[in-house]
Amino acid sequence: MSVQSLTLPRYELLEPGFQLPRRAFQVQRKDLVRYGGAARDYNPIHWDDRTATEFGLPGPIAQGMLTMGLALGYLVEWAGDPGAVVDFGGRFPRLVPVPNDGVGVELSLEATVAEKLEPPRVRVNLAVRLDGAKVLVMPRVIVVLR
Amino acid sequence: MALNLSCVGKLYPPSEPYEVSREKIKEFAQALRDGHAAYLDPEAARALGYPDVIAPPSFPMVVTLDAEYRAVLDPELGADGQDRFVHREQRFAYERPIHAGDVITVTVRLAAVERLTRGDVVSYESRVTGRGGDHICTGRSIFVVFEEGS
Repeated sequence: MSVQSLTLPRYELLEPGFQLPRRAFQVQRKDLVRYGGAARDYNPIHWDDRTATEFGLPGPIAQGMLTMGLALGYLVEWAGDPGAVVDFGGRFPRLVPVPNDGVGVELSLEATVAEKLEPPRVRVNLAVRLDGAKVLVMPRVIVVLR
Repeated sequence: MALNLSCVGKLYPPSEPYEVSREKIKEFAQALRDGHAAYLDPEAARALGYPDVIAPPSFPMVVTLDAEYRAVLDPELGADGQDRFVHREQRFAYERPIHAGDVITVTVRLAAVERLTRGDVVSYESRVTGRGGDHICTGRSIFVVFEEGS
């Protein structure tokens, strides 16, 4: 076994209720533009102040899938394999306006092993919050552990 | 304006094939600040059992969003304010990861519609297949399309 594999989560050692360490992500306007380009998401609500104002928003909002992608990246890091995240669904209960002030917003992620499924699969329950309010809820992320 | 409920179940023509490159995977992963070696280094990906670098789990958005946007624009559906929509839910269920060299195609089906007071909710099921039609993953996307002037 490699040294790295010793630090990876092991199915047999995990119990429901296990909490992954919390993680914070800073998201700035430039991150929205960069993600939009990479994902081919050119919706102006993610970069144009005028469009956002027309929607009654304080400013452009983060792509939901940027938030989800950051969250999934955390689980990839935990599981040690991007192919381990085999099934995931989430909803976006709140929009995330991101001011163009060079600081942006801080999102905080919490994830818990909710259930052990057929080995070596686990169901993870994940949520991302902005100022305490949930902006992404993913109650069912299936991760295949090694 | 009422949505045309008879569109529910409508299958849209497959998208143009999209060839997944190592560079696009790298660009996408970097936009998510995800530095896993399996996105960047073919050797690291092979060590995990993959034929080439693989894509982050949310990568199918690169092709599904555009395909679904075309479906939102379907005049037969009659969704209000078609350029004013936000994403409410997203799911992907995988058969296997996407890897560099895959040529992927999306086939979108309108799964459900719902009328709200200020707009419409549309749900799509997007089947992503590789060269030869092998099933890679299925996406389920829900958007809220807001009325003009709302």
